Amino acid sequence: MIADHLPALQIVVPLISAPLCLLLRRGALAWGLALLTSWAALAMSILLLSRVLREGPISYALGDWAAPWGIEYRVDAVNAFVILIVAAVGAVILPYARRSVAHEIPAVQHSAFYAAFLLCLTGLLGVSITGDAFNLFVFLEISSLSSYVLIALGRSRQALTASFQYLVMGTIGATFIVIGIGLLYMVTGTLNMADLALRLPPFGENRTVLVAFAFLTVGASLKLALFPLHFWLPNAYTYAPSAVTGFLAATATKVAVYILLRFFFTVFGSEFAIETLTLHYLLVPLAVIAVLVCSTVAIFQDNIKRMLAYSSLAQIGYMILGIGLATPTGLTAGIVHLFNHAMTKGGLFLALGCVALRVGSVKLESMQGLGRTMPWTMFAFVLGGLSLIGVPLTAGFISKWYLVQAALEQDSWLLAALVLIGSLLAVIYIWRVVEVAYLRPLPAGAAAVREAPLSMLIPTWVLIGASIYFGIDTSLTVGVARRAAVMLLGGGS
Amino acid sequence: MTPAPAILLSMFLPLACALLISMSGRWPNVREGVTLVTATLLFLTVLSLVPTVVAGSRPEATLIEMLPGLPLRFVVEPLGMLFALVASGLWIANSIYSIGYMRGNKEAHQTRFYACFALALASTMGIAFAGNMMTLFVFYEALTLTTYPLVTHSGTPEAMRAGRTYLGILLGTSIGLQLLAILWTWQIAGTLDFTAGGILNGKVAGPMVGVLLLLYMYGIGKAALMPLHRWLPAAMVAPTPVSALLHAVAVVKAGVFTVMKVAVYIFGIDFLRDSGQSQWLLYIAAATVLIASLVALTKDNLKARLAYSTISQLAYVVLGAALATRWGVIGGSMQIAMHAMGKITLFFCAGAIYTAAHKTEISDMSGLGRIMPFTFGAFAIGAMSVIGLPPFGGLWSKWYLILGSIQADEMIMVGVLILSSLLNVAYLLSIPLIGFFGKATGGVQPAAIKEAPLACLIAIGLTALGCLLLFFLPGPLFSLLAPIATP
Repeated sequence: MIADHLPALQIVVPLISAPLCLLLRRGALAWGLALLTSWAALAMSILLLSRVLREGPISYALGDWAAPWGIEYRVDAVNAFVILIVAAVGAVILPYARRSVAHEIPAVQHSAFYAAFLLCLTGLLGVSITGDAFNLFVFLEISSLSSYVLIALGRSRQALTASFQYLVMGTIGATFIVIGIGLLYMVTGTLNMADLALRLPPFGENRTVLVAFAFLTVGASLKLALFPLHFWLPNAYTYAPSAVTGFLAATATKVAVYILLRFFFTVFGSEFAIETLTLHYLLVPLAVIAVLVCSTVAIFQDNIKRMLAYSSLAQIGYMILGIGLATPTGLTAGIVHLFNHAMTKGGLFLALGCVALRVGSVKLESMQGLGRTMPWTMFAFVLGGLSLIGVPLTAGFISKWYLVQAALEQDSWLLAALVLIGSLLAVIYIWRVVEVAYLRPLPAGAAAVREAPLSMLIPTWVLIGASIYFGIDTSLTVGVARRAAVMLLGGGS
Repeated sequence: MTPAPAILLSMFLPLACALLISMSGRWPNVREGVTLVTATLLFLTVLSLVPTVVAGSRPEATLIEMLPGLPLRFVVEPLGMLFALVASGLWIANSIYSIGYMRGNKEAHQTRFYACFALALASTMGIAFAGNMMTLFVFYEALTLTTYPLVTHSGTPEAMRAGRTYLGILLGTSIGLQLLAILWTWQIAGTLDFTAGGILNGKVAGPMVGVLLLLYMYGIGKAALMPLHRWLPAAMVAPTPVSALLHAVAVVKAGVFTVMKVAVYIFGIDFLRDSGQSQWLLYIAAATVLIASLVALTKDNLKARLAYSTISQLAYVVLGAALATRWGVIGGSMQIAMHAMGKITLFFCAGAIYTAAHKTEISDMSGLGRIMPFTFGAFAIGAMSVIGLPPFGGLWSKWYLILGSIQADEMIMVGVLILSSLLNVAYLLSIPLIGFFGKATGGVQPAAIKEAPLACLIAIGLTALGCLLLFFLPGPLFSLLAPIATP
């Protein structure tokens, strides 16, 4: 019985826990509740994905109001996978958050922090699970507003401006999305995405539909920080608390990529988006520029958190490149990278959080000699870095393999070469850190640095371990991604 | 096709060794004991595969299917058998030598050193036994990364710069060119398995064969084909045992081994010859042979001279592959073993000279041979083997390479090979000559200098003896290698 309501529980449980966290005034209690909630969410997401893989898409009518009038939660291979990513990262980061948050955020704000964290989790899960366009917007706003709060909790005063900058850009993005959805509603009279997909084709290149498409594309691109709409991201990631950066980097942009996928391929259909509007002529060049420019900028950063933020922008470029190629292999590459990068970059940011805890700074020069004093943390960083580069036996390699293959399938030698050049740029920015951490001695007179506590090391290593594991055994990731890609392109169920 | 646990064991042993080493760092004798025991066990494991392979069987093992159709798979064929034997056998000698060298020079971070060494050996075994290009690539990259800490061992700014060159060229070429070539091959052939006769015949034609070959040859940066050779001299900042085993045997030979594998099992020598697209490679290889020899002549630093000599000798193997004839391939493959034995001896001697007398420049070694006769005698033996003089093993690889050139009707290459041997005489034999007959310069104080530590001398003796032994063993080697050149 209860299993039938799984899609609703996936959202309701964290949604209810959030205000409860606020009521539990003690930070430790709030943390405990948030932890349990996130683990429950992970368990549910695993059940959901296995059910989808076994029985096909699940449709759940909220409050028994039948679609397309009521709100429908619709879970298929694509979003079950995204839900799993979000829930898994949340469940890994909460155990980590306790020490990190205690170090970076004043105690009075702890219960508010965990409440906002759960709201953000709810919003991201909701965006992924819902089959209703307006409901998607609502959840997007829940996740965005809570993430503005989370970022503003950062230690330095710059966190406030970073949060404000994100608030302005994020609101513009969300407004664009709601305008797009409104225009679609104007034309078709429906908000259910499956229903939209059925009703849109007869309109063809109707001007309102075109405008809606444009608004949605730009809005989603803003949220996912596609070059050149990325200016909010480096500041937001740099100044947010470590645990928040890890969580947002691994989930928020991924969910925004999912929105793009959903609208392009399910609602408008690949025929309209790619063949009629030739959107790939826009997406592919922007993606390539993102990869090359942002990787290059990353090389010159002295704040390693900011360096990883620019690296994230480049990695988003890879995902968009795969999506822009719009072939089964390309989409597989994009979706696989969604997962792989979530694990890798989440792990890297968590490793940096360990450094922030023990050293108090994430500047390049303050990492001197850490290879010796924090061996486990830095080795995790190196492994994550190798995955970013795309060395074989890491998850990053699998993404690159499919991406280059997708480019070669279309005889696009230039693209293949550019993807690989992007990898080489990653070698440079990762190795700057490796050299400083391992080949420079500890600065004289520096305070003794200890290895990070286990409660932070284990979550870091879980994510890093995942980014190694999924580079060796790819049956889950590639299998699901390929199914999702075929479904998105083939218009199948 | 017979399954063989020995294959996986050969990778597991050094891995376990690395783990044990890092746990026994506090007790240096236990740590070195672990290395020696593992090296011996590894050699025996590899040796146990020989009879099966000689009998014509191809033992195999599969670990896991990484990507659909692309498993991590290992197959032992003659070429890999030879490479694994050379690398694991010389690891024993090198471990004995390392003990003398590292303690004699009081090097720091010895635990990290031995652990990375074991990891590098595990990667080398993976390369030797790889059953498809994907598996080979995986271990090829692993070898680059595990040897990086060895190159930057001393942690000086110079080592850091060298590390950058090392990683930059090796990772840059492998990711930028080799991976692209592998993906292209996968795209057109639908397989990456090493198959007798190649997998590309009929799949690609005309100048594109040349382009693909170019991507492979320069993508395999470890083969140090000019102009992508600079990482090798740079890597000489590493402690001498690293230069000896890794940058004269494991890493560079992994490079030319991969070249051979690609030529024989991906392209197939018949296809390569018929396409006529390997001609340019022949000339690049010949140019590398000669230019590197000439550069070696100008180097006064002993290790730098040996490094350029290695670049020149590696190009012999590439030349053998580019000839795409039966004798050429056999000669090139034999060169992998012959040069390894000779060059490791030379590096051992260079390290012994450094440990005993702290000399790195050849001009300072005048008269040193009279104080260290054993070391300089062994150096002369190693040098003669590398040159290709009887009664040392190096003769045979040169012999078959010249035969191969005649078979391919490439008389210019015959000339190049002979000229190169003369250059080898000039830059290698001059060193023991200076040592034995040169006037002792002010820098040499005979009273203060003794022969190197005993452990070093034992290792030098073993490999010098090996050079001699290989001269009498061309038969077994030939019968091991013959099947790869027979269609």
